Amino acid sequence: MSNGLIGVAVIDILLFLFLVLTAIAITRLRNLFAVVMLAGVFSLLSAALFVTLDAMDVAFTEAAVGAGISTVLLLGTLALTVRDEKPVTHSAFLPLLICTIAGATLIYGTLDMPPFGAADNPVQTHVAPDYLERTPVEIGIPNTVAAVLASYRGFDTLGEVVVVFTAAIAVLLLLGGGGRSRRHDDVSDERKKD
Amino acid sequence: MEEIVFDFGFVLTHYNYWMFVVLMMTGLYITVSRGNLVKKVVGLNIFQTAVFLLYVSMGKIVGGTAPILTGEPGTVYSNPLPHVLILTAIVVGIATTALALALVVRIRETYDTIEEDEIIALELAMDTTAKASAAGSER
Amino acid sequence: MEHHSILRVVSKLLIPPILLYALYVQFHGEYGPGGGFQAGVIFAVAFILYALVFGVEAMTDILPPRLLRFLAALGVLIFAGTGVVTMLLGDAYLGYNALAANPVHAQEWGIIVVEIGVGTTVAAVMMAIFVAFASHNPPIKDEDW
Repeated sequence: MSNGLIGVAVIDILLFLFLVLTAIAITRLRNLFAVVMLAGVFSLLSAALFVTLDAMDVAFTEAAVGAGISTVLLLGTLALTVRDEKPVTHSAFLPLLICTIAGATLIYGTLDMPPFGAADNPVQTHVAPDYLERTPVEIGIPNTVAAVLASYRGFDTLGEVVVVFTAAIAVLLLLGGGGRSRRHDDVSDERKKD
Repeated sequence: MEEIVFDFGFVLTHYNYWMFVVLMMTGLYITVSRGNLVKKVVGLNIFQTAVFLLYVSMGKIVGGTAPILTGEPGTVYSNPLPHVLILTAIVVGIATTALALALVVRIRETYDTIEEDEIIALELAMDTTAKASAAGSER
Repeated sequence: MEHHSILRVVSKLLIPPILLYALYVQFHGEYGPGGGFQAGVIFAVAFILYALVFGVEAMTDILPPRLLRFLAALGVLIFAGTGVVTMLLGDAYLGYNALAANPVHAQEWGIIVVEIGVGTTVAAVMMAIFVAFASHNPPIKDEDW
């Protein structure tokens, strides 16, 4: 038990140190292109951390979404806005104070949390064993995550898909849905001028 | 008063919460202290990822494996439920990030800047001119 | 982008395996890590790579924004429609047991259909958002960076 914990701890803490260094670099850099690239690195590192926490599906999603799509969208935003942040004018004291107090409060709260990785934590004894036992009998597929996602908690997933769809509608309303017809008009206008 | 002793076992079973709290606060600091809207979005993403990591870490069982059933008896699996919730949350997170970025693009088109301070200054200037013109029309 | 010949050749080599991998993740999601969310994102990435290298116009010629909007709605419809079908067959909303005679097979069918809906929506949404960003204004030239 203890040896396993120490093994996990070494890898976890190494990855965590890389994550913190990346986050600090993001704080300090003013070139937004570098910030976006580091945000991609941050996502990839957190995907590695998800793997050490046994969450393969989550790691997979984080690597594809965080390091792939989100980087492309951020770059697209930079192309439409600016590439450098202006220097910060006000002092960093108040934000730092707020973050320290909030962080200290949260850490004080974790002192009562159950130990990391123990098999008899409250979270492990409620519905999770039920899902793990019932999946092979009732659904007959090995990936419990897919079974819970699509069957046992299908309502949740339907809700999430609708949220993704709604977000897309909002983006298209804000940015004008590809603007294909509008650009064709522009082209024809230019031809008229010629 | 209790004597404070350094309990290595306690640290070993709680360090994961502290790690993710530190990451969360880094994200919060970026969001609060930087005026650039793109950087604020990146900070929010860092905060979000830290929350995801904290959530997934609670489902981990030491010596367990990913919850993909092998059929071998006696295998310990980590809790699949946090994985499901976070998996969908990541995809919803990118959709809402895209929405935030679209708003940033529109803000840039309206105000010609994405720095918070300059936007606030422009808004104040607009308010005063609106008030002045309203007062002028009353006369 | 005429001078980026290495990018063009490498991306042409990469795009078919990426699409194939997305389909593998979609249909193998019940047996290994994967599923509709990941598959949709990977599928979208293949097209986004194509658009980045060959231009957004080339991508919207294959997948016009109208089609993307239709596909995004279709995915939600497949998911929600599965629930309606199971209700008509006499089970609860999204209770897949009614889909086939054997409840275990019915569950598997239900999950496959629902994951296809999820994959369609996620892929179409990601591509639609990318196209919205990329064709909003004239993209900046290489020399400006």
